[in-house]
Amino acid sequence: MNAPVNYDPAHEAWTMPLDRVDPANPARFMAGAELPYLARLRRDAPVHYTAENSMFGPYWSVCRYNDIMQVELNTEVFSSSWAHGGISVRDRPKELRIPMFIAMDPPVHDDQRKVVQPIVAPFNLQKFEALIRERTTMVLDSLPRGETFDWVEKVSIPLTTMMLASLFDFPFEDRHLLSHWSDCSTMPVEANGFIKSEEHREQVFGELLAYFTKLWNERVNEPPRPDLVSMLAHGEATKNMTPREYLGNLILLIVGGNDTTRNSMSGGVLFMHQNPAEFAKLKANPKLVDSAVSEIIRYQTPLAHMRRTATQDYELGGQQIKAGDKVVMWYLSANRDGAVIEDPDAFIVDRKRPRQHISFGFGIHRCVGNRLAELQLKILWEQLLARFPSIEVMGEPKRVFSSFVRGYASLPVRIPA
Amino acid sequence: MPTITYIEFNGTSHSIEVENGLSVMEGAVNNNVPGIDADCGGSCACATCHVFVDDAWLARCGTPDTQEKSMLGFAATAQENSRLACQITVTDALDGLVVRMPEAQH
Repeated sequence: MNAPVNYDPAHEAWTMPLDRVDPANPARFMAGAELPYLARLRRDAPVHYTAENSMFGPYWSVCRYNDIMQVELNTEVFSSSWAHGGISVRDRPKELRIPMFIAMDPPVHDDQRKVVQPIVAPFNLQKFEALIRERTTMVLDSLPRGETFDWVEKVSIPLTTMMLASLFDFPFEDRHLLSHWSDCSTMPVEANGFIKSEEHREQVFGELLAYFTKLWNERVNEPPRPDLVSMLAHGEATKNMTPREYLGNLILLIVGGNDTTRNSMSGGVLFMHQNPAEFAKLKANPKLVDSAVSEIIRYQTPLAHMRRTATQDYELGGQQIKAGDKVVMWYLSANRDGAVIEDPDAFIVDRKRPRQHISFGFGIHRCVGNRLAELQLKILWEQLLARFPSIEVMGEPKRVFSSFVRGYASLPVRIPA
Repeated sequence: MPTITYIEFNGTSHSIEVENGLSVMEGAVNNNVPGIDADCGGSCACATCHVFVDDAWLARCGTPDTQEKSMLGFAATAQENSRLACQITVTDALDGLVVRMPEAQH
């Protein structure tokens, strides 16, 4: 199943020439075989250059926790700007690039981020808590017993989609469009999925924008209220956005509020199944749920990397990065860095410092919704523990073809009758 | 050793002797004072060690640098007297410092 990192010295990851290592190869992520390559780089070439043979062109890989922290904090040298290609290893064609605040630098990034940030302020989270609990209860109570079903389809997608609909105050009956648009945004064409070409993707984005423009037009003339569309329509830094910029920020908020939590909701079930002693520990002491949630988020690392572009020459870990180079921060690797995280390959629900993982990123781009994500996962696990003796994983999960979104297309499970 | 008083959002007060040279954040975390998360471990990179410094002490704690200001800009409940506790180094001059916790570390 989710095999532990392969430390067999004969494994290709440990024997291939370093300059051939291409950790961003999405096929390996789909096969669940990505970790040994990052482990090799962490050991032998923690700041590594893939010059050739990558489908994404040349890029640097930063693999150690402390080096990544350095990149995160230096936004002058390491730009997130969409104009340089943005925040993932894949460059969209130049004419199809989309501005969004995660792919901007200060000061515009800061101003736009501050417009949407209050949606996850303590007051709003308290308001959401009862709603999340009610929905989680409803979804879990409707699950079949004693038969195999897909956890992604029946639990992870419905729960995160409903949450997203509430954040946008999106027409509830159309909420399936949100997860559809999220998938369309992140799905590589090579995955042979719904999105057949970049033109096709642009067409779907056109539908997304048309739908949300209707909502904007309704809300811009009404008094401001706490939903993301109204906040964008009334925010000083966002009310005059171009349609393309509105589209970009919508994609950001849809993907950010959807894919990530969805995959941690699935990953957690898989990890507990693979680590029955840890699951027993949690069952015996449900107070560990906060710490278990952080551990699930670390172990899953639902976004495997974030990318920056160097704006000037810079030396990092003894390597010379040149202005214009693409720099990939492997969160997935930093979360397994034994120099910072003790026994990093083990899944442990009661770690001493469970929150030090880097899955949310650090610095000014740190995940806006991190507390909401934790709240959703916490309530899910509280309700699971209160209901089910166990959730048995019945077969291999199907993983997605992406080295950016690290997640599951399906996870067959069974709840004992 | 200087004594730092940490007051939780619910009013619970903890007076702790903290070694010179440690940060106000480390003083809390090392002594299990609740209310400070310090996710990034003191790199000024997460704003989860946000505290309010009592006015009498604000000047003695120094001025936040650009990085700290920008992280505080994203803290949910930041005010004029907000600081990140990881960026305040404990010295004898801070003996008696009082810091208060926000409702939550966001």
